[in-house]
Amino acid sequence: MAGIGGAETTGKRVGWGLLNAVVVIYALFPVLWIVSLSFKSSKTLADGNFIPREWSFENYQNIFSTTEFTRALINSIGIALIATAIAVVFGTMAAYAIARLDFPGKNLLVGVSLLIAMFPQVSLVSPLFEIERSLGLFDTWPGLILPYITFALPLAIYTLSAFFREIPWELEKAAKMDGATPGQAFRRVIAPLAAPGVFTTAILVFIFCWNDFLFAISLTSTEQSRTVPVALSFFTGSSQFEDPAGSIAAAAVVITIPIILFVLFFQRRIVAGLTSGAVKG
Amino acid sequence: MAEIVLDKVSKRYPDGALAVQEVNLEIADGEFIILVGPSGCGKSTTLNMIAGLEDITEGELRIGGQRVNEKAPKDRDIAMVFQSYALYPHMTVKENMAFPLRLAKVDNATVERKVSEAAEILDLTQHLERKPSNLSGGQRQRVAMGRAIVRNPKAFLMDEPLSNLDAKLRVQMRTSVSRLQKQLGTTTVYVTHDQTEAMTLGDRVVVMRGGVVQQIGAPQFLYEHPANLFVAGFIGSPSMNFVPATLENGSLRSVLGDCTLTDRVRQLVEGADAPREVIMGIRPEHFEDAALVDAAVLAAGGKFTSQVDVLESMGSDKYAYFNLTGEQAASAELQELAADAGSDDVPGDGISLVTRLSSASGAVEGASADIWFDADKVQLFDPSSGRNLTYTER
Amino acid sequence: MSHATTEDTATTGTAPEKSVAPKKKAALSEGKRAERKLGWLLCAPAALTMIAVTGWPILYSLLLSMQRFDLKFPDRTEWIWFDNYVTVLSNPYWWNAVWVTVLLTVVTVAVELVLGMALALIMHRALVGRGIVRTTTLIPYGIVTVVAAFSWRFAWTPGTGYLAEALGGEPVLTEKIPALLVVGLAEIWKTTPFMALLLMAGLALVPDDLLKAAAMDGASGWQRFIKITVPIMKPAILVALLFRTLDAFRIFDNLFVLTAGSQGTSSVSMLTYNNLIKGLNLGIGSTMSVLIFIMVAVIAFVFIKLFGTAAPGSDDGGKR
Repeated sequence: MAGIGGAETTGKRVGWGLLNAVVVIYALFPVLWIVSLSFKSSKTLADGNFIPREWSFENYQNIFSTTEFTRALINSIGIALIATAIAVVFGTMAAYAIARLDFPGKNLLVGVSLLIAMFPQVSLVSPLFEIERSLGLFDTWPGLILPYITFALPLAIYTLSAFFREIPWELEKAAKMDGATPGQAFRRVIAPLAAPGVFTTAILVFIFCWNDFLFAISLTSTEQSRTVPVALSFFTGSSQFEDPAGSIAAAAVVITIPIILFVLFFQRRIVAGLTSGAVKG
Repeated sequence: MAEIVLDKVSKRYPDGALAVQEVNLEIADGEFIILVGPSGCGKSTTLNMIAGLEDITEGELRIGGQRVNEKAPKDRDIAMVFQSYALYPHMTVKENMAFPLRLAKVDNATVERKVSEAAEILDLTQHLERKPSNLSGGQRQRVAMGRAIVRNPKAFLMDEPLSNLDAKLRVQMRTSVSRLQKQLGTTTVYVTHDQTEAMTLGDRVVVMRGGVVQQIGAPQFLYEHPANLFVAGFIGSPSMNFVPATLENGSLRSVLGDCTLTDRVRQLVEGADAPREVIMGIRPEHFEDAALVDAAVLAAGGKFTSQVDVLESMGSDKYAYFNLTGEQAASAELQELAADAGSDDVPGDGISLVTRLSSASGAVEGASADIWFDADKVQLFDPSSGRNLTYTER
Repeated sequence: MSHATTEDTATTGTAPEKSVAPKKKAALSEGKRAERKLGWLLCAPAALTMIAVTGWPILYSLLLSMQRFDLKFPDRTEWIWFDNYVTVLSNPYWWNAVWVTVLLTVVTVAVELVLGMALALIMHRALVGRGIVRTTTLIPYGIVTVVAAFSWRFAWTPGTGYLAEALGGEPVLTEKIPALLVVGLAEIWKTTPFMALLLMAGLALVPDDLLKAAAMDGASGWQRFIKITVPIMKPAILVALLFRTLDAFRIFDNLFVLTAGSQGTSSVSMLTYNNLIKGLNLGIGSTMSVLIFIMVAVIAFVFIKLFGTAAPGSDDGGKR
């Protein structure tokens, strides 16, 4: 609303600075709190102070000494990476077809994937629970990877087809005129242009898989395939009298690191990816 | 360097639509040829067929004497400049220009030399390391040209290369394209919908309409001797005036009054077996303020009096616009031209007339003026076929 | 080129266009047929996966919902048709969960819309530090919901938490209303940035010239916002609302960590999970699944019909 005609006065700059500060505090407060908690020693854990009185790595040492956490971390990374890879490959193929080719059934596919994007995931939990048990997929990696791919595909297809529509396909013609074979035209001209979109989509899909809790808690039962968010909720502390809060906080911080890295390095891409479809919608 | 021959080349789309019909065209080595026509006339399809980006349905295309119908674009050794320039956004100017050479596996030293030569010619040397997104429209256009010239192809194909530039820059680039082509002497096929570009650039112009070639010739020839109504109306700006007229015993009756045909015109008309009802075409410059014309000359033309609707003074001469009561000349070709110019929905009854008068003319806007026209420059057309009844090769 | 490759600017709603667009019945050329084949081939893996993982299970859950099917008593499995629906729909816990879900959805989405709009305006117009604001607001979006939920839980836990301390050490998570407030707060914190991003995309569509013209016509900042900005970005607002509403309706993670559904704070998803995984009652769980599915469908339908949100299935409609 501001910004019409007004000069960039110092007052305005200070005002914006304050607003920014409010936003930053709003966004970071809960994160900083869990970080602080993770560095508290067991003695000061329950002191209710926002900043640790005593810094310690005790909680981190604890979680990395148990398979409960390390195994979950491996599960989380493996499942999210595999699901992301497959969803992005399938999504890229479908999005290319949607953006570039004309074939009957295209709108149906778009419609179905939109329905899935809006689908209440809990409605799938009961049948999947039963079906996976009978197929022997329950409590396995594929048992989680499959629903992740399914719910990530709509996101991947929409984001990618929005990106693909932005590619000036005349370049393909130009490359052919410049002496490229179809393969060279794809590899040297189209692929480099499509790569940022594919990469962005991969980040968004990874975040989605990394984040999931409902499927992970419903379709797993042991350490074998439990992901970190689920493992967190089962942390009990090494003894009956020990508060698991420290361990939970430390584990929480660990799985937040990749998210923070993505956000720091790929802020622009993530924003573009999240909004690419919505703009034209 | 090579000549390009289109031998009865046709393009039929899968849905049955005939986009280009039996085009015959021989483009000489080093010639600059323009394909011009309204949108949808098949000029871009023809260019794409020469490029190899679209298949030829029937006929044969020969480049340098060799049939190339079945060859992929990359094997035809021709370069193309696109309307959108189609610069690769992820490559610098230098990489863009080097791209065709790299694909052809030319060694590094040669690539460097050729790119810097091209950059020199196009005045791009200081921009070589920049990305296309940081260039102005004119610079991008030059990079596109540069990418075409680096590999000394047999021919250049240009698809409306100047239409994305603003008017002033377009005029500038027009001259530099022309100069560049002369300098390199490479056969060039240039597509445009702008008749000014067609007139100023080409050695020869090919006018197309509805997939069919209407006329091929040097710009001045097309201007003076259009084969039909369509060419007459398309070439020239402001365009030729068209008025319905009746031929009676060697004289011509129309809203511009009666006038006696000159011997030259009468012979042509008789030879062409003309119908009684014709369409008379006169270019704006063949009118003059009757007060400025000698009595002897005055008799050798027609004369009419009407109120000046709008008067535009250009300094060197004056354009006087008239609106005469009467039926507009009607023909399919004229309608198509009006639709292409976007003037078909401009309201207005009667016949509008554009005349170019000498700057000495005393015509005043809103007042009546006596206007003379040169009867020897009148062209007559058959309204049903559009054929020019006064067409001559000379 | 197909119509989907052209810019699709259709924004206001039409009915879902799920059927294949009518095609000319001209004989297909070789190229056209090859294009179709390639299109189907490229879409096949995605389509088959989605159908396999959702299509059959949806049917299966319909079947399950009509059976008595309790894994604790597998011998007593039998067809009981709509008895499960009667059981669920006459159960006060179910209705409590429905109201809790609706309340949380309405309140959080409403607050998010206001906060999100403010945030979007800040991100769109900020004179300084736009990058920092955008980066930090992505953190709540990206962070694992369970992690954020634990942060809030510990913050409100008496003794451990700074927020509980600040409020005098009252246990807030053990009483229904305060607990729901905390859950709502956690939801709002987590999802406002997403709302803001969608709205910011809409803001970018408002031409600056229009706002300048309005300013010249004498509109105040607030009037420009209400009379120009909001109407133009209405499609973006509706899409954001649709997505957030459907998303909020599935609330689970936050509730699971913060209250585990105790003290009558269960949402429908939470209740379904408890019946299914804790209770191992597949019949009842599936019935609830079907009911939730119907409710979501109704919400989507209302949005599309009443508000004219870009329809699912229309090419670019409401995608994210």
